[in-house]
This record gives sequence, structure tokens and C-alpha cells, in this order.
Amino acid sequence: MVEGPKELAPPLDAASADWISALTSTGPAREAGLARLHELLVRVAAGELRRREASSGITGPELDDLAHQAAADAMLAIIAKLDSFRGESRFTTWAYRFAVLEVSAKLGRHYWRRHPASSLDAEDWDRLPDRLGTDPGEHAAHGEMITAIRRAVDQELTARQRRLFVAVVLNGIPLDAVVIQTGMTRNAIYKAIFDARRKIRAFLIANGYLEEGKLGSR
Amino acid sequence: MTDWTALERFLDTDPADVGCAQAMGILHVYVDLLAAGADPAGRYPGVAAHLAACGPCGEDFRGLLAAVTEIP
Repeated sequence: MVEGPKELAPPLDAASADWISALTSTGPAREAGLARLHELLVRVAAGELRRREASSGITGPELDDLAHQAAADAMLAIIAKLDSFRGESRFTTWAYRFAVLEVSAKLGRHYWRRHPASSLDAEDWDRLPDRLGTDPGEHAAHGEMITAIRRAVDQELTARQRRLFVAVVLNGIPLDAVVIQTGMTRNAIYKAIFDARRKIRAFLIANGYLEEGKLGSR
Repeated sequence: MTDWTALERFLDTDPADVGCAQAMGILHVYVDLLAAGADPAGRYPGVAAHLAACGPCGEDFRGLLAAVTEIP
């Protein structure tokens, strides 16, 4: 199902109109607008990197450097796509989104510098309970379930679904890092794993490991 | 009995989930509605389903919401 703003975009709010006016003008007014936008984008990118500091491990000068890189790339994207701004949100919200998405892309790339030995294809099935957050207390039942999931992965998934499931779920590699390594989009990877989850669930139900009707049953 | 709730939650998929491309395409609209006190999940249930299920998109959603809240 396609979801998106259905009605015609409303007239721009005053602040957004000011931004568009400045960025589409010439001379000093445009320069001032670009400088103001860049300053905001650096703040957004730095704030986002600080918010994600615990998981990324990036701090200090490296964080500042990455924030400036993300802001510069966001700035280029915004200028290139300025015509596509329809006023469906405030201009700043639309623009900040570019900075946030650039931060995610940069963190995906950065992952491989911090974990050069990580592999998409290594398989350690003993880690699966941890990855899924299940309680390994019941060893026998757990071993049986892990074996069943592995069978589902081997028998039901396509080669591509299997590779991405192993990389993201089993090996715990961040999805945005897999984007960098494979050249696939985040959407394509998510969809492959979405389909893999659905197939594994159906396999476990068909073979009596899980009950139909629990949770959403979809 | 072994509790498989976490596993079932992981394997559960919502057919309304619109995927990353659509969700990120209107993230700015969704976040502005939320910041204004409206109900974006009611208006875009498939986006809400996606943001709840997709780790990276959920992270971007929280990041953009934090940005518009802290840097108006």
C-alpha cells in the first residue's frame, strides 16, 4: 500500500517561504541562506552523532569531522533537490532529514573501519539465542528450536535471503553497514529479511515448533 | 515450557509495513505531524508499522524528531 500526503500541499508557512526565497535568490542573500543552513545541518548531524555515540563509539574530533562531512553532503543533496520541496512539512524538517540520513550512511561506512574482520558470511549458530533475545535456560528445547530455524534457513530461503539473514540477524552487522558492503538499498535488504522472517515463521508453524495464532499471525 | 515470545515477536511481520523507501520518503511529514501534536500513526499506519519494526528507520525517526525538537 502506498502511503503519502494525498491532498495538495498547503501554502508554505512563512519561515519555509523565507528559506526558499533565500536559497533561490542570488548574491549575498543566497550566500547568507546557505551559510545559515549549513550551520544548522552541522548542529543536526553533530547532535545525531552524539545521540548515537554509545552504539557507534565515535566521539571527540572524529565526531566533529563526521558531522561536517554529513552536513556538507546533506547540503549538496538539499540544493540539488530544492525543487522537490512541496511544503508538506516545514522546510527545516525536510532539510534535517537529509542530515540524519547522511549520518546513518556515514555510520554504516564507518562500521567497517572499526570492525575490519567482520564478515557477512561467517556463521556461528550458537549466537542465535542471543541475537533473538531468547532465554537459553531450556537447553534441550532451545537446541531443537535452533536446529529447526537453521533447517528453515537452509530449505526455505533463497540464496540472497539466506546471506542477508546470516549477515544481519546471525552476525549482527548493522543493516546500513550491509548496504555499504553489498551495494543494495536499505529497502531491498529489509524486504529480503522481512520475507525471510515470514518464511521461517511459516516453517516453524507447519512443523509444529510454534503455534498459529500467536501475536499477529500474519 | 520454554517462552518463545521474543522469537515470535522477531518473526512476526505486519503486512501493512510499507518498507524503508516509503517510510523515509515521508519521514519529514510524519515527524512534523508528531511534533505538532497530531496523530501521524493514525494517518500513516503502514509507516508506523515500519518504524516499529525496522531498526535503522526507527533510529532515523528518533533522530529527526530529536533534531526538530532541539533545533527548531
